[in-house]
Amino acid sequence: MKLTAEEVRKVAHLARLGLPDEDLEALSTELTRILDYVDKVGELDTEAIPPTAQVGDVVEAFREDEVGASIGTDAAIANAPASERPYIRVAAMQE
Amino acid sequence: MTADLTAGIAELGRRLRAGDVTAVELADAALGRVEQVDGELHAFLARTPELARESAAAADAAIRAGNADALAGVPMAVKDVLCLEGVETTAGSKILKGFVPPYTATTVARALAAGAVPVGKTNCDEFAMGSSNENSAYGPVRNPWDLGRVPGGSSGGSAAAVAAGAVAWAFGTDTGGSIRQPAALCGIVGLKPTYGRTSRYGLIAFASSLDHVGCFTRTVADSATVLQAIAGHDPMDSTSSRHPVDDYAAALGGGVKGLRLGVPREYFVEGMEAGVSDAVRAAIAALEKEGAEIVDVSLPRTDYGVAIYYIIAPAEASSNLARMDGVRFGHSAPDAKTVIDQYMRARAEGFGPEVRRRIMIGTYALSSGYYDAYYVKAQKARTLVRQDFDAAFEKVDALVCATSPTVAFELGAKTQDPIAMYLNDVLTIPADLAGVPAISIPCGFSEGLPVGLQVIGPAFREDVVFRVAATYEGITDWSSRVPPLAEAVA
Repeated sequence: MKLTAEEVRKVAHLARLGLPDEDLEALSTELTRILDYVDKVGELDTEAIPPTAQVGDVVEAFREDEVGASIGTDAAIANAPASERPYIRVAAMQE
Repeated sequence: MTADLTAGIAELGRRLRAGDVTAVELADAALGRVEQVDGELHAFLARTPELARESAAAADAAIRAGNADALAGVPMAVKDVLCLEGVETTAGSKILKGFVPPYTATTVARALAAGAVPVGKTNCDEFAMGSSNENSAYGPVRNPWDLGRVPGGSSGGSAAAVAAGAVAWAFGTDTGGSIRQPAALCGIVGLKPTYGRTSRYGLIAFASSLDHVGCFTRTVADSATVLQAIAGHDPMDSTSSRHPVDDYAAALGGGVKGLRLGVPREYFVEGMEAGVSDAVRAAIAALEKEGAEIVDVSLPRTDYGVAIYYIIAPAEASSNLARMDGVRFGHSAPDAKTVIDQYMRARAEGFGPEVRRRIMIGTYALSSGYYDAYYVKAQKARTLVRQDFDAAFEKVDALVCATSPTVAFELGAKTQDPIAMYLNDVLTIPADLAGVPAISIPCGFSEGLPVGLQVIGPAFREDVVFRVAATYEGITDWSSRVPPLAEAVA
Protein backbone atom coordinates (compact mmCIF):
# COMPACT_ATOMS: atom_id res chain seq x y z
CA MET A 1 0.00 0.00 0.00
CA LYS A 2 1.57 3.22 -1.15
CA LEU A 3 2.15 5.94 1.43
CA THR A 4 0.30 9.07 0.45
CA ALA A 5 1.99 12.46 0.20
CA GLU A 6 -0.10 13.48 3.22
CA GLU A 7 1.20 10.57 5.32
CA VAL A 8 4.79 11.36 4.32
CA ARG A 9 4.26 14.99 5.27
CA LYS A 10 2.81 13.96 8.64
CA VAL A 11 5.73 11.61 9.45
CA ALA A 12 8.22 14.30 8.40
CA HIS A 13 6.56 16.71 10.80
CA LEU A 14 6.73 14.14 13.63
CA ALA A 15 10.44 13.75 12.83
CA ARG A 16 10.90 17.56 12.71
CA LEU A 17 12.31 17.13 9.25
CA GLY A 18 11.69 19.84 6.71
CA LEU A 19 10.67 18.34 3.38
CA PRO A 20 10.61 20.27 0.10
CA ASP A 21 7.35 19.65 -1.81
CA GLU A 22 9.28 18.46 -4.85
CA ASP A 23 10.74 15.55 -2.82
CA LEU A 24 7.38 14.24 -1.58
CA GLU A 25 6.49 11.98 -4.49
CA ALA A 26 9.92 10.33 -4.81
CA LEU A 27 10.20 9.86 -1.05
CA SER A 28 6.77 8.26 -0.74
CA THR A 29 7.74 5.78 -3.49
CA GLU A 30 11.06 4.95 -1.78
CA LEU A 31 9.53 4.60 1.68
CA THR A 32 6.72 2.43 0.30
CA ARG A 33 9.25 0.07 -1.28
CA ILE A 34 11.16 -0.21 2.00
CA LEU A 35 7.97 -0.81 4.00
CA ASP A 36 6.85 -3.44 1.47
CA TYR A 37 10.18 -5.19 1.99
CA VAL A 38 10.14 -5.07 5.81
CA ASP A 39 6.53 -6.32 5.81
CA LYS A 40 8.20 -9.71 5.33
CA VAL A 41 8.60 -9.80 9.13
CA GLY A 42 4.83 -10.31 9.29
CA GLU A 43 5.28 -13.85 7.90
CA LEU A 44 6.89 -14.96 11.19
CA ASP A 45 4.67 -16.40 13.90
CA THR A 46 5.57 -14.39 17.00
CA GLU A 47 2.40 -15.14 18.97
CA ALA A 48 4.11 -16.43 22.16
CA ILE A 49 7.48 -14.74 21.63
CA PRO A 50 8.67 -11.99 23.99
CA PRO A 51 10.25 -8.91 22.39
CA THR A 52 14.01 -8.29 22.53
CA ALA A 53 14.97 -4.70 23.36
CA GLN A 54 18.53 -5.40 24.53
CA VAL A 55 20.94 -8.25 23.83
CA GLY A 56 23.55 -7.38 26.46
CA ASP A 57 24.02 -9.14 29.78
CA VAL A 58 23.33 -6.01 31.83
CA VAL A 59 19.89 -6.01 33.42
CA GLU A 60 20.13 -2.96 35.65
CA ALA A 61 23.12 -0.65 35.94
CA PHE A 62 23.17 1.21 39.23
CA ARG A 63 25.85 3.46 40.66
CA GLU A 64 26.19 5.78 43.61
CA ASP A 65 24.69 9.20 42.93
CA GLU A 66 27.88 11.12 43.47
CA VAL A 67 29.04 14.41 42.04
CA GLY A 68 31.95 13.79 39.70
CA ALA A 69 34.13 15.78 37.34
CA SER A 70 32.36 17.48 34.45
CA ILE A 71 33.50 19.28 31.33
CA GLY A 72 32.39 22.71 32.59
CA THR A 73 30.21 25.40 31.07
CA ASP A 74 32.62 26.77 28.48
CA ALA A 75 33.33 23.37 26.90
CA ALA A 76 29.67 22.41 27.13
CA ILE A 77 28.49 25.41 25.13
CA ALA A 78 31.52 25.75 22.84
CA ASN A 79 29.79 23.93 19.98
CA ALA A 80 26.48 25.77 20.25
CA PRO A 81 25.68 27.78 17.11
CA ALA A 82 24.46 30.66 19.29
CA SER A 83 25.22 31.21 22.96
CA GLU A 84 25.47 33.84 25.65
CA ARG A 85 27.50 32.40 28.48
CA PRO A 86 26.29 30.48 30.45
CA TYR A 87 23.28 30.00 28.15
CA ILE A 88 22.57 28.56 24.74
CA ARG A 89 20.48 30.88 22.60
CA VAL A 90 17.49 29.40 20.75
CA ALA A 91 14.79 30.84 18.51
CA ALA A 92 11.46 31.85 20.06
CA MET A 93 9.09 29.02 20.97
CA GLN A 94 6.26 30.95 19.29
CA GLU A 95 6.19 33.70 16.71
CA MET B 1 61.07 -1.91 4.99
CA THR B 2 61.11 -1.05 8.70
CA ALA B 3 58.35 1.57 8.43
CA ASP B 4 56.02 -0.48 6.20
CA LEU B 5 52.73 -0.25 8.09
CA THR B 6 51.29 -3.37 6.43
CA ALA B 7 53.60 -5.25 8.80
CA GLY B 8 50.94 -4.92 11.51
CA ILE B 9 50.97 -4.15 15.23
CA ALA B 10 52.96 -7.12 16.54
CA GLU B 11 55.79 -6.81 14.01
CA LEU B 12 55.99 -3.01 14.26
CA GLY B 13 56.04 -3.33 18.05
CA ARG B 14 58.94 -5.76 17.80
CA ARG B 15 60.87 -3.33 15.53
CA LEU B 16 60.13 -0.45 17.89
CA ARG B 17 61.37 -2.35 20.94
CA ALA B 18 64.44 -3.56 19.01
CA GLY B 19 65.27 0.04 18.17
CA ASP B 20 65.05 -0.56 14.37
CA VAL B 21 62.63 2.33 14.05
CA THR B 22 61.18 4.99 16.35
CA ALA B 23 57.53 5.82 16.90
CA VAL B 24 58.12 9.33 15.57
CA GLU B 25 59.55 7.83 12.37
CA LEU B 26 56.53 5.54 12.07
CA ALA B 27 54.15 8.46 12.63
CA ASP B 28 55.90 10.43 9.89
CA ALA B 29 55.81 7.41 7.60
CA ALA B 30 52.07 7.03 8.21
CA LEU B 31 51.37 10.73 7.67
CA GLY B 32 53.47 10.63 4.50
CA ARG B 33 51.58 7.60 3.26
CA VAL B 34 48.23 9.22 3.95
CA GLU B 35 49.45 12.17 1.89
CA GLN B 36 50.51 9.84 -0.95
CA VAL B 37 47.43 7.64 -1.20
CA ASP B 38 44.55 9.70 0.11
CA GLY B 39 44.10 11.83 -2.97
CA GLU B 40 42.86 8.64 -4.62
CA LEU B 41 41.31 6.81 -1.66
CA HIS B 42 39.67 9.66 0.27
CA ALA B 43 39.81 7.51 3.38
CA PHE B 44 40.46 10.42 5.77
CA LEU B 45 38.21 13.30 6.81
CA ALA B 46 40.74 14.85 9.19
CA ARG B 47 44.46 14.40 9.78
CA THR B 48 46.04 14.89 13.20
CA PRO B 49 49.79 15.34 12.60
CA GLU B 50 50.45 17.22 15.85
CA LEU B 51 48.59 14.72 17.99
CA ALA B 52 50.35 11.88 16.13
CA ARG B 53 53.85 13.27 16.71
CA GLU B 54 53.06 14.12 20.33
CA SER B 55 51.70 10.60 21.01
CA ALA B 56 54.65 9.08 19.14
CA ALA B 57 57.18 11.03 21.20
CA ALA B 58 55.47 9.81 24.38
CA ALA B 59 55.52 6.25 23.04
CA ASP B 60 59.22 6.51 22.22
CA ALA B 61 59.89 7.62 25.79
CA ALA B 62 57.88 4.68 27.15
CA ILE B 63 59.69 2.26 24.85
CA ARG B 64 63.07 3.57 25.97
CA ALA B 65 61.97 3.26 29.60
CA GLY B 66 60.88 -0.32 28.96
CA ASN B 67 57.27 0.20 30.05
CA ALA B 68 55.49 0.49 26.70
CA ASP B 69 52.03 -1.03 26.24
CA ALA B 70 51.00 -3.30 23.38
CA LEU B 71 49.81 -0.54 21.04
CA ALA B 72 52.67 1.85 21.82
CA GLY B 73 54.05 3.81 18.92
CA VAL B 74 51.91 2.14 16.27
CA PRO B 75 50.04 4.51 13.91
CA MET B 76 46.29 4.05 13.71
CA ALA B 77 43.11 5.87 12.68
CA VAL B 78 39.71 6.50 14.25
CA LYS B 79 36.39 6.20 12.41
CA ASP B 80 34.73 9.59 12.39
CA VAL B 81 31.75 8.44 14.48
CA LEU B 82 33.99 8.13 17.56
CA CYS B 83 34.74 11.30 19.49
CA LEU B 84 38.33 12.43 19.86
CA GLU B 85 38.65 15.49 22.09
CA GLY B 86 39.70 18.60 20.22
CA VAL B 87 39.47 17.00 16.76
CA GLU B 88 36.55 17.72 14.42
CA THR B 89 34.17 14.74 14.45
CA THR B 90 31.42 14.75 11.82
CA ALA B 91 30.14 11.16 11.53
CA GLY B 92 30.37 11.76 7.78
CA SER B 93 27.50 14.24 8.02
CA LYS B 94 27.14 17.86 7.05
CA ILE B 95 24.97 18.43 10.10
CA LEU B 96 28.04 17.93 12.34
CA LYS B 97 30.47 19.91 10.22
CA GLY B 98 32.69 21.85 12.62
CA PHE B 99 31.68 19.84 15.70
CA VAL B 100 34.68 19.51 18.02
CA PRO B 101 33.92 17.07 20.85
CA PRO B 102 34.88 18.11 24.38
CA TYR B 103 35.71 14.51 25.36
CA THR B 104 37.13 11.29 23.92
CA ALA B 105 35.27 8.00 23.45
CA THR B 106 36.23 5.41 26.08
CA THR B 107 37.54 2.87 23.56
CA VAL B 108 39.67 5.52 21.86
CA ALA B 109 40.92 6.82 25.22
CA ARG B 110 41.93 3.27 26.18
CA ALA B 111 43.84 2.83 22.92
CA LEU B 112 45.59 6.16 23.45
CA ALA B 113 46.44 5.15 27.02
CA ALA B 114 48.01 1.99 25.56
CA GLY B 115 50.26 4.17 23.42
CA ALA B 116 48.37 4.22 20.11
CA VAL B 117 49.36 7.01 17.69
CA PRO B 118 46.31 8.52 15.94
CA VAL B 119 47.01 10.01 12.51
CA GLY B 120 43.45 10.98 11.63
CA LYS B 121 39.69 10.47 11.49
CA THR B 122 38.39 8.19 8.77
CA ASN B 123 35.59 8.71 6.28
CA CYS B 124 32.39 6.72 6.66
CA ASP B 125 28.79 6.58 5.55
CA GLU B 126 26.78 9.37 7.15
CA PHE B 127 26.03 8.33 10.76
CA ALA B 128 27.34 4.87 9.78
CA MET B 129 24.29 4.26 7.59
CA GLY B 130 25.42 2.46 4.47
CA SER B 131 27.25 -0.49 2.98
CA SER B 132 29.43 1.21 0.38
CA ASN B 133 30.66 4.47 1.94
CA GLU B 134 28.83 6.32 -0.83
CA ASN B 135 26.53 7.93 1.75
CA SER B 136 29.31 10.09 3.23
CA ALA B 137 28.43 13.77 2.88
CA TYR B 138 32.10 14.33 2.07
CA GLY B 139 32.30 11.97 -0.89
CA PRO B 140 32.97 8.24 -1.22
CA VAL B 141 36.04 6.22 -0.26
CA ARG B 142 37.61 4.05 -2.95
CA ASN B 143 38.77 0.46 -2.62
CA PRO B 144 42.59 0.18 -2.66
CA TRP B 145 42.30 -3.06 -4.68
CA ASP B 146 40.37 -1.33 -7.45
CA LEU B 147 39.77 2.41 -7.35
CA GLY B 148 36.59 2.03 -9.40
CA ARG B 149 35.01 -0.03 -6.64
CA VAL B 150 33.60 0.63 -3.18
CA PRO B 151 35.51 -0.33 -0.02
CA GLY B 152 32.27 -1.42 1.67
CA GLY B 153 30.69 0.45 4.52
CA SER B 154 30.00 2.01 6.71
CA SER B 155 33.59 1.94 8.06
CA GLY B 156 35.02 2.14 4.52
CA GLY B 157 37.66 4.77 5.29
CA SER B 158 39.11 2.73 8.16
CA ALA B 159 39.20 -0.45 6.03
CA ALA B 160 40.79 1.29 3.05
CA ALA B 161 43.38 3.03 5.25
CA VAL B 162 44.52 -0.27 6.78
CA ALA B 163 44.44 -2.17 3.47
CA ALA B 164 46.50 0.54 1.78
CA GLY B 165 49.13 0.52 4.53
CA ALA B 166 48.41 4.09 5.64
CA VAL B 167 47.94 2.90 9.24
CA ALA B 168 48.57 -0.40 11.00
CA TRP B 169 45.07 -0.59 12.43
CA ALA B 170 41.87 1.42 12.75
CA PHE B 171 38.73 1.71 14.79
CA GLY B 172 35.44 0.75 13.19
CA THR B 173 31.86 0.37 14.33
CA ASP B 174 29.44 -2.36 13.33
CA THR B 175 25.65 -2.00 13.56
CA GLY B 176 24.65 -4.23 10.64
CA GLY B 177 28.03 -5.33 9.30
CA SER B 178 29.92 -2.04 9.07
CA ILE B 179 33.23 -3.57 10.22
CA ARG B 180 33.07 -7.08 8.78
CA GLN B 181 31.76 -6.24 5.30
CA PRO B 182 34.40 -3.56 4.51
CA ALA B 183 37.09 -5.84 6.03
CA ALA B 184 36.00 -8.55 3.59
CA LEU B 185 35.87 -6.19 0.62
CA CYS B 186 39.31 -4.72 1.42
CA GLY B 187 41.06 -8.01 2.28
CA ILE B 188 41.85 -7.40 5.96
CA VAL B 189 40.72 -8.58 9.41
CA GLY B 190 37.63 -6.94 10.94
CA LEU B 191 36.30 -7.74 14.42
CA LYS B 192 32.88 -7.02 15.90
CA PRO B 193 32.97 -8.05 19.56
CA THR B 194 30.03 -9.18 21.69
CA TYR B 195 27.46 -6.44 22.42
CA GLY B 196 28.57 -4.69 25.61
CA ARG B 197 32.15 -6.01 25.41
CA THR B 198 33.38 -2.57 24.29
CA SER B 199 32.02 0.72 25.57
CA ARG B 200 29.81 2.90 23.38
CA TYR B 201 30.53 6.06 25.38
CA GLY B 202 31.65 8.74 22.94
CA LEU B 203 30.32 6.85 19.94
CA ILE B 204 27.82 9.01 18.05
CA ALA B 205 24.78 6.76 18.41
CA PHE B 206 23.08 5.23 15.38
CA ALA B 207 21.09 2.30 16.83
CA SER B 208 21.98 1.85 20.49
CA SER B 209 20.93 -1.80 20.86
CA LEU B 210 22.95 -2.74 17.78
CA ASP B 211 26.03 -0.49 17.84
CA HIS B 212 29.35 -2.25 18.48
CA VAL B 213 32.87 -0.74 18.56
CA GLY B 214 35.60 -2.93 17.05
CA CYS B 215 38.69 -2.81 14.88
CA PHE B 216 40.40 -3.41 11.57
CA THR B 217 43.84 -5.03 11.61
CA ARG B 218 46.11 -6.98 9.28
CA THR B 219 46.23 -10.11 11.43
CA VAL B 220 44.07 -12.00 13.90
CA ALA B 221 46.74 -11.63 16.61
CA ASP B 222 46.63 -7.85 16.12
CA SER B 223 42.85 -7.94 16.45
CA ALA B 224 43.22 -9.76 19.77
CA THR B 225 45.79 -7.17 20.91
CA VAL B 226 43.45 -4.26 20.13
CA LEU B 227 40.44 -5.90 21.79
CA GLN B 228 42.52 -6.63 24.89
CA ALA B 229 43.34 -2.93 25.13
CA ILE B 230 39.85 -1.52 24.55
CA ALA B 231 37.47 -4.11 26.08
CA GLY B 232 35.91 -4.08 29.51
CA HIS B 233 33.32 -2.41 31.68
CA ASP B 234 32.85 1.33 31.48
CA PRO B 235 30.72 3.14 34.07
CA MET B 236 29.87 5.71 31.36
CA ASP B 237 28.01 3.10 29.27
CA SER B 238 25.24 1.42 31.25
CA THR B 239 25.06 -1.42 28.70
CA SER B 240 28.76 -2.24 28.95
CA SER B 241 29.32 -5.64 30.48
CA ARG B 242 31.10 -6.62 33.69
CA HIS B 243 31.85 -10.04 32.22
CA PRO B 244 35.59 -10.69 32.78
CA VAL B 245 37.84 -9.92 29.79
CA ASP B 246 39.65 -13.07 28.65
CA ASP B 247 43.34 -13.33 27.77
CA TYR B 248 42.84 -13.28 24.01
CA ALA B 249 46.47 -13.83 23.03
CA ALA B 250 46.40 -17.09 24.95
CA ALA B 251 43.56 -18.33 22.73
CA LEU B 252 45.37 -17.86 19.45
CA GLY B 253 47.51 -20.99 19.34
CA GLY B 254 44.88 -23.52 20.32
CA GLY B 255 44.17 -24.93 16.87
CA VAL B 256 40.78 -26.30 15.84
CA LYS B 257 41.29 -29.97 16.60
CA GLY B 258 38.24 -31.15 18.48
CA LEU B 259 36.22 -28.01 17.76
CA ARG B 260 32.82 -28.36 16.17
CA LEU B 261 32.31 -25.74 13.47
CA GLY B 262 28.81 -25.19 12.13
CA VAL B 263 28.14 -24.22 8.54
CA PRO B 264 24.76 -22.48 8.43
CA ARG B 265 23.13 -23.74 5.25
CA GLU B 266 21.05 -20.57 4.84
CA TYR B 267 24.26 -18.52 4.53
CA PHE B 268 24.96 -19.72 1.00
CA VAL B 269 22.29 -17.30 -0.15
CA GLU B 270 20.72 -16.91 -3.55
CA GLY B 271 22.73 -14.36 -5.50
CA MET B 272 26.02 -15.24 -3.83
CA GLU B 273 28.86 -15.02 -6.32
CA ALA B 274 30.41 -18.36 -7.27
CA GLY B 275 33.90 -17.03 -6.55
CA VAL B 276 32.82 -16.16 -3.01
CA SER B 277 31.16 -19.48 -2.24
CA ASP B 278 34.12 -21.40 -3.75
CA ALA B 279 36.63 -19.51 -1.58
CA VAL B 280 34.52 -19.96 1.56
CA ARG B 281 33.95 -23.70 0.93
CA ALA B 282 37.70 -24.13 0.37
CA ALA B 283 38.38 -22.34 3.69
CA ILE B 284 35.91 -24.60 5.50
CA ALA B 285 37.59 -27.66 3.93
CA ALA B 286 40.97 -26.36 5.11
CA LEU B 287 39.66 -26.02 8.68
CA GLU B 288 38.32 -29.59 8.48
CA LYS B 289 41.78 -30.76 7.40
CA GLU B 290 43.18 -29.04 10.51
CA GLY B 291 41.01 -31.27 12.65
CA ALA B 292 37.76 -29.35 13.08
CA GLU B 293 34.53 -31.30 12.86
CA ILE B 294 32.33 -29.59 10.27
CA VAL B 295 28.63 -29.73 11.11
CA ASP B 296 25.70 -28.72 8.94
CA VAL B 297 23.46 -26.36 10.94
CA SER B 298 20.39 -24.27 10.25
CA LEU B 299 19.64 -20.67 11.25
CA PRO B 300 16.10 -20.72 9.86
CA ARG B 301 15.32 -17.00 10.38
CA THR B 302 18.36 -15.76 8.43
CA ASP B 303 16.23 -14.59 5.54
CA TYR B 304 14.30 -12.25 7.86
CA GLY B 305 17.32 -10.53 9.36
CA VAL B 306 17.51 -7.63 6.93
CA ALA B 307 13.79 -6.86 7.29
CA ILE B 308 13.95 -7.00 11.11
CA TYR B 309 17.03 -4.79 11.08
CA TYR B 310 15.45 -2.18 8.80
CA ILE B 311 12.68 -1.68 11.33
CA ILE B 312 14.69 -1.71 14.57
CA ALA B 313 17.77 0.23 13.40
CA PRO B 314 15.81 3.12 11.81
CA ALA B 315 13.47 3.24 14.83
CA GLU B 316 16.40 3.66 17.20
CA ALA B 317 18.13 6.04 14.79
CA SER B 318 15.06 8.28 14.50
CA SER B 319 15.19 8.69 18.27
CA ASN B 320 18.99 9.02 18.59
CA LEU B 321 19.25 11.54 15.78
CA ALA B 322 16.64 13.79 17.38
CA ARG B 323 19.57 15.41 19.17
CA MET B 324 20.84 16.72 15.82
CA ASP B 325 18.68 19.83 16.08
CA GLY B 326 21.11 22.72 15.62
CA VAL B 327 20.79 23.90 19.22
CA ARG B 328 23.72 22.56 21.27
CA PHE B 329 25.94 21.73 18.29
CA GLY B 330 25.93 21.25 14.55
CA HIS B 331 24.33 22.94 11.60
CA SER B 332 21.56 25.42 12.42
CA ALA B 333 19.21 27.76 10.61
CA PRO B 334 20.05 30.99 12.44
CA ASP B 335 17.38 33.18 10.82
CA ALA B 336 14.49 30.80 11.66
CA LYS B 337 11.58 32.56 13.37
CA THR B 338 10.63 29.77 15.76
CA VAL B 339 12.48 26.88 17.33
CA ILE B 340 10.38 24.27 15.47
CA ASP B 341 11.12 26.01 12.17
CA GLN B 342 14.79 26.01 13.16
CA TYR B 343 14.73 22.23 13.77
CA MET B 344 12.93 21.52 10.50
CA ARG B 345 15.34 23.57 8.41
CA ALA B 346 18.58 22.60 10.15
CA ARG B 347 17.69 18.93 9.74
CA ALA B 348 16.48 19.31 6.14
CA GLU B 349 19.74 21.02 5.21
CA GLY B 350 22.03 18.88 7.33
CA PHE B 351 20.97 15.28 6.65
CA GLY B 352 21.70 13.36 3.44
CA PRO B 353 19.11 11.24 1.57
CA GLU B 354 19.80 7.88 3.28
CA VAL B 355 19.70 9.35 6.78
CA ARG B 356 16.46 11.12 5.89
CA ARG B 357 14.98 7.83 4.60
CA ARG B 358 15.90 6.02 7.81
CA ILE B 359 14.59 8.74 10.10
CA MET B 360 11.32 8.64 8.15
CA ILE B 361 11.04 4.82 8.29
CA GLY B 362 11.92 4.81 11.98
CA THR B 363 9.48 7.56 12.86
CA TYR B 364 6.75 5.80 10.91
CA ALA B 365 7.48 2.46 12.61
CA LEU B 366 7.26 4.11 16.04
CA SER B 367 4.21 6.23 15.31
CA SER B 368 0.81 5.68 16.83
CA GLY B 369 -1.05 2.92 15.00
CA TYR B 370 2.09 1.31 13.55
CA TYR B 371 4.18 0.74 16.69
CA ASP B 372 2.89 -2.79 17.35
CA ALA B 373 2.76 -3.86 13.71
CA TYR B 374 6.32 -2.80 12.97
CA TYR B 375 8.46 -2.08 16.01
CA VAL B 376 7.14 -4.61 18.51
CA LYS B 377 6.77 -7.22 15.78
CA ALA B 378 10.42 -6.72 14.78
CA GLN B 379 11.54 -6.94 18.41
CA LYS B 380 9.74 -10.29 18.74
CA ALA B 381 11.26 -11.49 15.50
CA ARG B 382 14.65 -10.45 16.87
CA THR B 383 14.07 -12.91 19.72
CA LEU B 384 13.63 -15.66 17.12
CA VAL B 385 16.96 -14.73 15.49
CA ARG B 386 18.64 -14.97 18.89
CA GLN B 387 17.01 -18.36 19.46
CA ASP B 388 18.44 -19.54 16.12
CA PHE B 389 21.95 -18.74 17.37
CA ASP B 390 21.29 -20.22 20.83
CA ALA B 391 20.14 -23.48 19.24
CA ALA B 392 23.14 -23.59 16.89
CA PHE B 393 25.62 -22.96 19.69
CA GLU B 394 24.20 -25.90 21.62
CA LYS B 395 25.56 -28.09 18.82
CA VAL B 396 28.70 -26.27 17.70
CA ASP B 397 31.52 -24.11 19.11
CA ALA B 398 31.46 -21.54 16.32
CA LEU B 399 29.93 -20.86 12.91
CA VAL B 400 31.89 -20.40 9.69
CA CYS B 401 30.42 -18.77 6.60
CA ALA B 402 30.92 -15.96 4.10
CA THR B 403 30.98 -12.34 5.28
CA SER B 404 29.49 -10.78 2.16
CA PRO B 405 27.73 -12.50 -0.74
CA THR B 406 29.78 -10.50 -3.25
CA VAL B 407 33.21 -9.00 -3.68
CA ALA B 408 33.58 -5.21 -3.86
CA PHE B 409 31.13 -3.75 -6.37
CA GLU B 410 31.54 -0.73 -8.61
CA LEU B 411 30.84 2.75 -7.34
CA GLY B 412 27.30 3.75 -8.23
CA ALA B 413 26.16 0.16 -8.86
CA LYS B 414 23.60 0.12 -6.04
CA THR B 415 23.02 3.74 -5.11
CA GLN B 416 19.69 3.96 -6.92
CA ASP B 417 18.24 0.93 -5.16
CA PRO B 418 18.18 1.08 -1.34
CA ILE B 419 16.91 -2.50 -0.99
CA ALA B 420 19.74 -3.93 -3.13
CA MET B 421 22.18 -1.98 -0.96
CA TYR B 422 20.56 -3.25 2.26
CA LEU B 423 20.83 -6.87 1.07
CA ASN B 424 24.64 -6.61 1.09
CA ASP B 425 24.38 -7.09 4.83
CA VAL B 426 22.28 -10.26 4.81
CA LEU B 427 25.15 -12.35 6.26
CA THR B 428 26.36 -9.82 8.83
CA ILE B 429 23.11 -8.40 10.27
CA PRO B 430 22.07 -11.54 12.23
CA ALA B 431 25.17 -11.41 14.49
CA ASP B 432 24.35 -7.77 15.29
CA LEU B 433 20.73 -8.62 16.08
CA ALA B 434 21.91 -11.41 18.41
CA GLY B 435 24.85 -9.41 19.80
CA VAL B 436 27.30 -12.30 19.29
CA PRO B 437 30.97 -11.79 18.35
CA ALA B 438 32.11 -12.24 14.76
CA ILE B 439 35.23 -11.66 12.72
CA SER B 440 35.95 -11.43 9.01
CA ILE B 441 39.32 -12.64 7.76
CA PRO B 442 40.72 -12.84 4.22
CA CYS B 443 40.10 -16.24 2.57
CA GLY B 444 41.11 -15.73 -1.03
CA PHE B 445 40.27 -13.77 -4.13
CA SER B 446 37.58 -13.80 -6.76
CA GLU B 447 38.37 -12.01 -10.00
CA GLY B 448 41.29 -10.30 -8.28
CA LEU B 449 39.20 -8.96 -5.39
CA PRO B 450 39.35 -10.12 -1.76
CA VAL B 451 36.82 -12.52 -0.22
CA GLY B 452 36.09 -12.67 3.52
CA LEU B 453 35.48 -15.67 5.75
CA GLN B 454 33.25 -14.96 8.74
CA VAL B 455 33.64 -16.75 12.08
CA ILE B 456 30.79 -16.22 14.56
CA GLY B 457 30.94 -17.35 18.20
CA PRO B 458 28.67 -17.44 21.24
CA ALA B 459 28.41 -14.28 23.39
CA PHE B 460 31.70 -13.42 25.13
CA ARG B 461 33.53 -16.22 23.32
CA GLU B 462 35.85 -13.96 21.32
CA ASP B 463 38.55 -16.43 22.38
CA VAL B 464 36.94 -19.16 20.24
CA VAL B 465 36.43 -16.76 17.33
CA PHE B 466 40.11 -15.76 17.47
CA ARG B 467 41.22 -19.36 17.81
CA VAL B 468 39.40 -20.48 14.66
CA ALA B 469 40.42 -17.38 12.70
CA ALA B 470 44.08 -17.62 13.76
CA THR B 471 44.20 -21.29 12.78
CA TYR B 472 42.94 -20.55 9.28
CA GLU B 473 45.21 -17.53 8.94
CA GLY B 474 48.18 -19.67 9.97
CA ILE B 475 47.72 -22.17 7.14
CA THR B 476 47.26 -19.58 4.37
CA ASP B 477 49.08 -16.45 3.28
CA TRP B 478 46.06 -14.31 2.37
CA SER B 479 46.69 -11.80 5.14
CA SER B 480 50.12 -10.99 3.72
CA ARG B 481 48.63 -9.91 0.38
CA VAL B 482 48.56 -6.16 -0.12
CA PRO B 483 46.97 -4.19 -2.95
CA PRO B 484 49.27 -2.79 -5.66
CA LEU B 485 48.65 0.67 -4.22
CA ALA B 486 50.28 -0.36 -0.89
CA GLU B 487 53.19 -2.05 -2.67
CA ALA B 488 53.81 1.12 -4.65
CA VAL B 489 54.28 3.23 -1.54
CA ALA B 490 56.02 0.66 0.65
